[in-house]
Amino acid sequence: MMRAAAVTSARPAARLSPVRRVKNLLMGALILLATLLVVAPLILIFVYLLREGLGALNLDFFTRTPAPEGEAGGGLLNAIAGSLEMLAMASVIGVLVGVAGGIFLAEYPRHPLMPTVRMLSDVLAGIPAIVMGLVAYSLIVLRFGFSGLAGALALGFLMIPIVVRTTEEVLKLVPLSVREAGLSLGLPQWVVILNIVLPAAAGGIVTGVMLALARVAGEAAPLLFTAFGNSSVNLDPTRPMSALPLEIYRGATSAYDENQRLAKAGALLLITLIFLTSLLARRASRVKR
Amino acid sequence: MTPLLSTSDVNIFYGEKQAVRGVNLEVQRGSVNALIGPSGCGKTTFLRAINRMHDLTPGARVTGQILLDGEDVYGPDVDPVTMRRRVGMVFQKPNPFPTMSVFDNVVSGLKLAGVRDSRRLMDVAERSLRGAALWEEVKDRLRMPATGLSGGQQQRLCIARALAVEPEILLMDEPTSALDPASTARIEDLMTDLKKVTTIIIVTHNMHQAARVSDTTSFFLNGDLVEHGVTDQLFTSPRDGRTEAYVTGRFG
Repeated sequence: MMRAAAVTSARPAARLSPVRRVKNLLMGALILLATLLVVAPLILIFVYLLREGLGALNLDFFTRTPAPEGEAGGGLLNAIAGSLEMLAMASVIGVLVGVAGGIFLAEYPRHPLMPTVRMLSDVLAGIPAIVMGLVAYSLIVLRFGFSGLAGALALGFLMIPIVVRTTEEVLKLVPLSVREAGLSLGLPQWVVILNIVLPAAAGGIVTGVMLALARVAGEAAPLLFTAFGNSSVNLDPTRPMSALPLEIYRGATSAYDENQRLAKAGALLLITLIFLTSLLARRASRVKR
Repeated sequence: MTPLLSTSDVNIFYGEKQAVRGVNLEVQRGSVNALIGPSGCGKTTFLRAINRMHDLTPGARVTGQILLDGEDVYGPDVDPVTMRRRVGMVFQKPNPFPTMSVFDNVVSGLKLAGVRDSRRLMDVAERSLRGAALWEEVKDRLRMPATGLSGGQQQRLCIARALAVEPEILLMDEPTSALDPASTARIEDLMTDLKKVTTIIIVTHNMHQAARVSDTTSFFLNGDLVEHGVTDQLFTSPRDGRTEAYVTGRFG
């Protein structure tokens, strides 16, 4: 066994026959080509945004609100603040409902409502973002007008199925014997789940929440007719609020170069944030395992 | 003296399949009782019925009567949570709670049930760890993660954790099968000491272990309790031919 492994893995490339060496090189080149094809769009987008938007990523960008249409200067402070606040509110909804749903699916598989909840969660995952915006529109905007809260609600709904799925999966990774040990101490099932099983899965749940955040941070569609947008900085969740994707949409469809440049800088910031969030999520999951 | 545990006509089913048939068994206070038999003979299934672990298994069903100190474990008014508190369990593989320190693991049964008195928790932790012969090894690292201990130490930690809630009876499901011989010897020594504070039922694959540690032994085969008796007698002069064949190593 040991010998066989040593023979196959340690054989030097020089000992291969010429035909096999050529085949080896050819296949290696094909794999490299395929890899490049996959990552090329990402690299191209990033390079494009760096070239077009980096110039506008200055101090003004982070400290000022957009200049009037067609004028130079200005920044996206309104959008940055709005995005951060709405994402924070969305996380509260996404985490509370999502983690609860994940616990239900993973820990109560024999509950009669389980198949229904599983199906609802799967359906929720397939609902287009703009439809989720419509839901928040009819629930809140029709009665109370455009608001950051309505936008956060739409984003939170989008996060729920992602958080449900990851929570369920990481809870199932916690060994059954850990639950049995808790129950055998005479602890009620809910105590075992909340105090023993959930902490053991915390790293994975944090990863899921961050991936869900990264997923909804770039959504413009559900915000168009909920948060609506705001050209000045607004932290009041009951009033219209701006967000990075909204400013990108408005800037990119503008006729003026200045606005377009701001939109590209916003896009650069957005994908950088999403990229960093995904990296952090990977780290969080690695620390726990 | 009335037995601490007595079962009458216990049958256990997984769906249609019957895993344990009509078991009548009595266990005396302060004794060590071994359940032996080949794989799949129903000994672990029977053990898990005593603290109602089958409540969690879909399709599992227990009939007959199990009395713990005269009280029906499956009685209609009995809360399985309260019942499990009286019946401790140690599992095949060490399973300390992964995110907790050594100390938190030991006192988890009390702390998570609402005991906040830190003085009392410390006393219980020390007494339980001494009871599990682990105190000297871990007294300086009570706040370290429990997963940093060796396998044998983790298993003794699990024993301490079970002892902390002062169970009337301690179920051990092949507690040394994942451990090296030195750790196994320590836990076997420990069992003799534990008889002073509790009663032990141990499932073991290892007949020598049963012979070394137990006062009485029950031999299971294909879901039946074939023979139950004083350990020395059961190993030296078994009444049943099948028991003799098993303990002399002719099968199993």
